[in-house]
Amino acid sequence: MSLLTLENVTLTFGGVVAVDNVSFHVGEGEVFALVGPNGAGKSTIFNLISRFYNPVKGDIRFESNSILKRRADQIPTLGIARTFQNIELFEQSTVLQNLLVGRQIHARNGLFSQMIFSPSVRDEERRHRAVVEEVIDFLELQPYRDKYIAGLPYGVRKIVELGRALATEPKMLLLDEPASGLSVEETQDMIFWIEDIKKQMGITVLMVEHDMNLVSSVSDRVLALADGKELAIGTPKEVQSHPEVIAAYLGTSIAEEQ
Amino acid sequence: MRYMFKRSYDADINLFKHKAQMFWYLALLVLVVALPWLIDDFFIGEATNVLIWAIAGMGLMVLVGHTGQASLGHAAFMALGCYANVIMLQRGVPFVIAFPLAGLITGVVGAIITLPILRLQGIYLAIATLAISVLTEDFIIIAEPWTGGVSGLMAPAFDIFGISINRYVTPDLFYFLALGVALLVLGAYRNLLRAPLGRAFVALRDSEISAQAMGVNITKTKAISFGISCAIVGLAGALLGLYAGAFNHETFNIVLSIQLLLMIVIGGLGSIHGAFFGAIVIGFLPQFIAISRDVISESFGLGSVFIPGIESGIFAAILIGFILFEPSGIYGRWVKIRTYFELFPFYRKGMFKRQKSFLKTERMK
Repeated sequence: MSLLTLENVTLTFGGVVAVDNVSFHVGEGEVFALVGPNGAGKSTIFNLISRFYNPVKGDIRFESNSILKRRADQIPTLGIARTFQNIELFEQSTVLQNLLVGRQIHARNGLFSQMIFSPSVRDEERRHRAVVEEVIDFLELQPYRDKYIAGLPYGVRKIVELGRALATEPKMLLLDEPASGLSVEETQDMIFWIEDIKKQMGITVLMVEHDMNLVSSVSDRVLALADGKELAIGTPKEVQSHPEVIAAYLGTSIAEEQ
Repeated sequence: MRYMFKRSYDADINLFKHKAQMFWYLALLVLVVALPWLIDDFFIGEATNVLIWAIAGMGLMVLVGHTGQASLGHAAFMALGCYANVIMLQRGVPFVIAFPLAGLITGVVGAIITLPILRLQGIYLAIATLAISVLTEDFIIIAEPWTGGVSGLMAPAFDIFGISINRYVTPDLFYFLALGVALLVLGAYRNLLRAPLGRAFVALRDSEISAQAMGVNITKTKAISFGISCAIVGLAGALLGLYAGAFNHETFNIVLSIQLLLMIVIGGLGSIHGAFFGAIVIGFLPQFIAISRDVISESFGLGSVFIPGIESGIFAAILIGFILFEPSGIYGRWVKIRTYFELFPFYRKGMFKRQKSFLKTERMK
């Protein structure tokens, strides 16, 4: 069953066609990767799904309902959580507070009970904390729990951002370059985590990634894009050996073009 | 150095981190409650003034310090709270109803008025709120049948459950009234900060785009923040009107808006302590200048010297000093001093230096 479906989605900025008639679907429990050279429209597709952009044409469906009528802040309530390419954490807060923001969509108490901090608010806070602690446990963030983001190294921030997305208890995770800027070791950890997210938590993953080692070890299917157009879709091996994909990355020889 | 051993999640949820912290805050509470027996009536009046400033400061801090939205129009909402309260009192509404209602009216009106301008960012939002401030001054003059126009209004005598409170006759009672309101506001503010809404405010301040991706409705949350901020400032305005006794449109001019903003910058943006520290500076500064002027002119035998504008000058100098040397305000400096002694002798100079932040996601709006 497909969880997320994009149908003939097109987005233009003035004369530039950023995403050109892209259609694909992501099945439930799948790890799906978007690859392609810079400017191929990968992150733009993420921003379309997050509803930061409106497509000019086409439809995006999640669990067979169109999400185009939803506002950006309603997307996480559907069960889609995301990370950002260049880390968008709340820098003046601790790791714990950042992760708790991920619980925002599960907050149920009204303004007045929050002001008097009624017992139901306290109960809810304990439950939020319990979920967040599970995430901390899963991602091994214990040493950083009470540290401020502004003082953390890049690799840890990346993981905190993944944790914040997990704290929303999503059905689907959008990871925008989860391994960019990570060391070889940290990338290896990321591979294990993505596998565990898929197998243990049963969360579907859609990711944009340049590291082909990571892509081929975790993803079930890969979609290659260039200049906003689909080039090839299939298993990591099929896509990597597809002639058009090779051409997009390495360029074509003059002889071939003629 | 103190090591904390946390046994339950409540350790992070509770208002006080540990027993010693609770002790010091309770000691401070005892001190402020006992203040009327320790100092004379004149200084109790000044302390009341500081408390009113602190309430207004907390109101603005919700918006500027925690939600990250600039406002230069809060004098307008102080005016609204003040006039609403006094107009209701004049028409025979008892104080215990009129006062909270004045805050509520200010909050609701504030949230509604600011809805259309909430899409503006940074300096543009500041300009729009400044316009509200300017318009309100004119509106007060035009709405003469209610507000008394240029000649203003006199605060009527009022009582709480039969106990009459007057700034001059019973300064201690007025002090306790201001203290009670300040404590209630403080409690609600602290509670909000440890609840989901407070975290949503801080999320909005630090990264709007990712707050949105985490399910925070930006327009709604900003409007709520404006509403709470205006309601608190409205309460402060109502107290100010009763404290001043007589007021007109000039009481709530743009200078007041700017003073409010400068107060929380000097105190330290983003902390409740900052509102109180700033209020102490701004509340006592005029008295401090007056007293030191007397002392100086007496000791040098100069007679009474009056330098026009000295107050604004000194105030501006303090402000520039803070922006240049301690942008995190008095509270920021206090945290550094405290850390120095807690970690002694391991404090390093670069400890509070902000690490250069990494590139933010390409802004989408």
